[in-house]
Amino acid sequence: MELLWLIPILPFLGAALNGVLGPRVSKGTTTAVALGAPLASLLVVLWTIWQYVGSAGYPEAFVQTLYPWSVGELSIDVAFMMDPLAAVMAFVVTFVGFLIHVYSVGYMSHEKGYQRYFVYLNLFMGAMLLLVLGANYLITFVGWEGVGLCSYLLIGYYYDEEFPPFAGKKAFIVNRIGDFAFLVGLFALVTTFGTLDYGTIFGKIEANPEAVGGQYLLGLSLASFVGLCLFVGAMGKSAQIPLFVWLPDAMAGPTPVSALIHAATMVTAGVFMVARSNAIFQLAPGVSLFVAAIGATTAIFAATIGLAQTDIKKVLAYSTVSQLGYMFLAAGLGAYTAAIFHLATHAFFKALLFLGSGSVIHAMGGEQDMRQMGGLKKKLPVTYWTFLVATLAISGIPPLAGFFSKDEILAAAVGQERWVLYGIGLFTAGLTACYMFRAVYLTFHGTFRGTEEQAHHVHESPPVMTGPLVILAIGAAVAGFAGIPAVFGEIFGGGEDVNWIHHFLHPVYAEVQHAEPHHMAVGTEIFFIVLSVVVAVIGIFVASRFYGGKTGLSKGKQMAERFPAVHRLLTNKYYVDEIYDAVIIRPLARISRFFWKGVDGKVIDGSIHLGAYLAELTGDLGRLTTTGNVRNYALYFFLGIVVLLTWVLL
Amino acid sequence: MELAIFLIFGALAVVSALVVVLHRDPVKSTLSLVVTLFATAVLFLLLGAPFIGVLQVLVYTGAIVVLFLFVVMLLNLQREARSEGGGRLQRIFAILAAAAFAAMTGLTVWRWTTGADLGALDEGFVSLNALAAELFDRFLLPFEIIGLLLLVAVVAAYVLAKRPDPSSGADPGADSSTEATR
Amino acid sequence: MTVPVSWYLLLAAAMFAIGTTGALTRRNGITIFLSIELMLNSVNLTLVAFSRLLDDRTGQLVVLFVLAVAAAEAAVGLALFIALYRHRRTIDVDRVNLMRW
Repeated sequence: MELLWLIPILPFLGAALNGVLGPRVSKGTTTAVALGAPLASLLVVLWTIWQYVGSAGYPEAFVQTLYPWSVGELSIDVAFMMDPLAAVMAFVVTFVGFLIHVYSVGYMSHEKGYQRYFVYLNLFMGAMLLLVLGANYLITFVGWEGVGLCSYLLIGYYYDEEFPPFAGKKAFIVNRIGDFAFLVGLFALVTTFGTLDYGTIFGKIEANPEAVGGQYLLGLSLASFVGLCLFVGAMGKSAQIPLFVWLPDAMAGPTPVSALIHAATMVTAGVFMVARSNAIFQLAPGVSLFVAAIGATTAIFAATIGLAQTDIKKVLAYSTVSQLGYMFLAAGLGAYTAAIFHLATHAFFKALLFLGSGSVIHAMGGEQDMRQMGGLKKKLPVTYWTFLVATLAISGIPPLAGFFSKDEILAAAVGQERWVLYGIGLFTAGLTACYMFRAVYLTFHGTFRGTEEQAHHVHESPPVMTGPLVILAIGAAVAGFAGIPAVFGEIFGGGEDVNWIHHFLHPVYAEVQHAEPHHMAVGTEIFFIVLSVVVAVIGIFVASRFYGGKTGLSKGKQMAERFPAVHRLLTNKYYVDEIYDAVIIRPLARISRFFWKGVDGKVIDGSIHLGAYLAELTGDLGRLTTTGNVRNYALYFFLGIVVLLTWVLL
Repeated sequence: MELAIFLIFGALAVVSALVVVLHRDPVKSTLSLVVTLFATAVLFLLLGAPFIGVLQVLVYTGAIVVLFLFVVMLLNLQREARSEGGGRLQRIFAILAAAAFAAMTGLTVWRWTTGADLGALDEGFVSLNALAAELFDRFLLPFEIIGLLLLVAVVAAYVLAKRPDPSSGADPGADSSTEATR
Repeated sequence: MTVPVSWYLLLAAAMFAIGTTGALTRRNGITIFLSIELMLNSVNLTLVAFSRLLDDRTGQLVVLFVLAVAAAEAAVGLALFIALYRHRRTIDVDRVNLMRW
């Protein structure tokens, strides 16, 4: 377990090594370093988890302090922590991350910035691991900022085009808004507790919950205030309403980047952070409800937009936003296990979906518009079957992973009798199945709608790309069994607690509220499970009616013609970007221009110019005395003497 | 008696000083300076410094002013032309400053020395022997240095006034003998 | 009636002022020089007057030195004027203004 600190460091080393060597070495060397680092990290993660689970201290958190740092009353150490939550996150990040690295070798093989890509990707891995393994909020925040930076670097990877750098900037700036709130939350924590250490803070809260219940700021208790601030940070990082606008534009980056950063890992940091801070959120019921509401709203909002998108990556982007909404819905309801479970399964099938789409795009020679695709089933078999597995998973069809994780979320809503939230969640599940299968049908079924040239170019991807697809598909298929709902245990296993992941993550939750676990009757639970499957199947059916078989785009077009206003609204993503532009960005730009031209140009530069002008003026005036005339100089002497005499005598 | 001498020669000194400063012709100015120096010499005598007075006439008037006259004649200086308008400010300031200086000095003198009367002259004070004794007793070093200074002045004057060597930078075609004799 | 010492001093001050005016006002170099001699002379007068007042011969001896210095200065100054005239054909100090900006 002493190797804990290596987990984030190894990818950093890989990035540094590749960064220094650069394009001078062969591609093989770059690849070896770039793949070796995350693989080593993955192995260390597995080893450490193995050790941790078998250790005496389990399930207490294991903290490795590298460097204690105290200034006065403030003490923040450079320390890493291994506990069940960190274990799950670290495993997901390194495993999926490594597979995506492998995939990238094939996908990016023709790019001229190959080395740069892997430097950034390794850098990202390191930062993400810092985030999940940090033992205090500061290390997590360093990782938080680091992944934001890498996101910017990788979105803007194709820097010589016009849009990617703009998208990168947009991502970074929107994130920053969230980060500001995050920092405010951290300040509140540090001034109250004098430290940002997880163990210390949560221990204190657990011991004395009333301490954080008193009035703090803006009419909120400390827990509510901090929870709200942290959640706003999560809104930015995890693309919830209203700070989600950067994620669809982030698709300008290379597809493996979208898979890793904007599906499996970075965007989930917000969910991780809420789960990590569960002690605080448990004591802030109002804020938690707010979290759940935002999550649900985002889920349905993004799902409706996904229904009308034509770019395959945009569909997946909005799908990610929607699924993240699910995770926050769960976290807001206090079902932190469900949130993390869905995070893990989502990582598998969303990464698979993105990589699969990357495979399709690669085969189509760069084309991303689904209206040009169709009938690719025969030409891209491996891609098709793995993509299908992922789509079934995300739609919540048993026994694939998505079914189990999504079901737990919905069960939590039912258990707390939050019927509105449940209804939104259920409906969105149907929408999810619908738009995902729409994508499948448009891409893989029917007849090919592209050009002759594209038809010739279509070919299955090389094994280096299809290998990870298969592995992820297996994951998407079986990962669900880690979280079988307890009810099945009751029916089939004679009362055993078969929800392994629930059991595993349980120690992470602070015992601040001794809430009664919601126990439903077996029959009720089975009813809701079947209901969610039925809704999913309905969604698939609707999609197949509109887009399946040979229908292709025709029925979709008819729908669009019958409801043109709705169609326009959805295609233009509810005009959110345009609204932001008019209400926030333009006034801000006007103010900035005023400060630039007016204040900086006229006032500040003006005062400098004034100073220079005065100096010049003084010089010019002084120059008048140097006439070169001896008589004048003699007069100056004499005047000086007269002045001196006056001063002495008077 | 003493008062009369003072008044006459004092007035003479002032008037001739004014002529020195105001007259256009440099020759007349120089000659007027002679008159001023003579008058001052008389005043020296009145103050009980006969040696200095005589020295003034001999050295100052007899040598220095004569030197001035030589140079004036050598350079054949003409009457100074009417000055251009530009020096008006200079003149105003100069007169004002000088007047201010004189006023201040006068005021100071008045305040400090009113009532201080000069005592009667006695043999001891005027005596040349005593003067010489004091000169070579207390002021021996300055005396010797003055000698050195005069030597330096002589050398300097010679070097400065020398005609420039035709081979070292002067116009080769110029006839040096025609210079400065116009 | 004896002449009060202050009268001598005032006379010297007046001569000094006249000499200064001349030195600062005239354009002819020689005349400027003459004014300077005038100033030196007035200083001599002051020194002798004080010497008499304080009954100390030091003042007279200083006058001796002043005289010698004046002589040296006159010699060098006039030599300078001669050199200047050779180069510029003029003694007018207003024309000698190479150091003008």
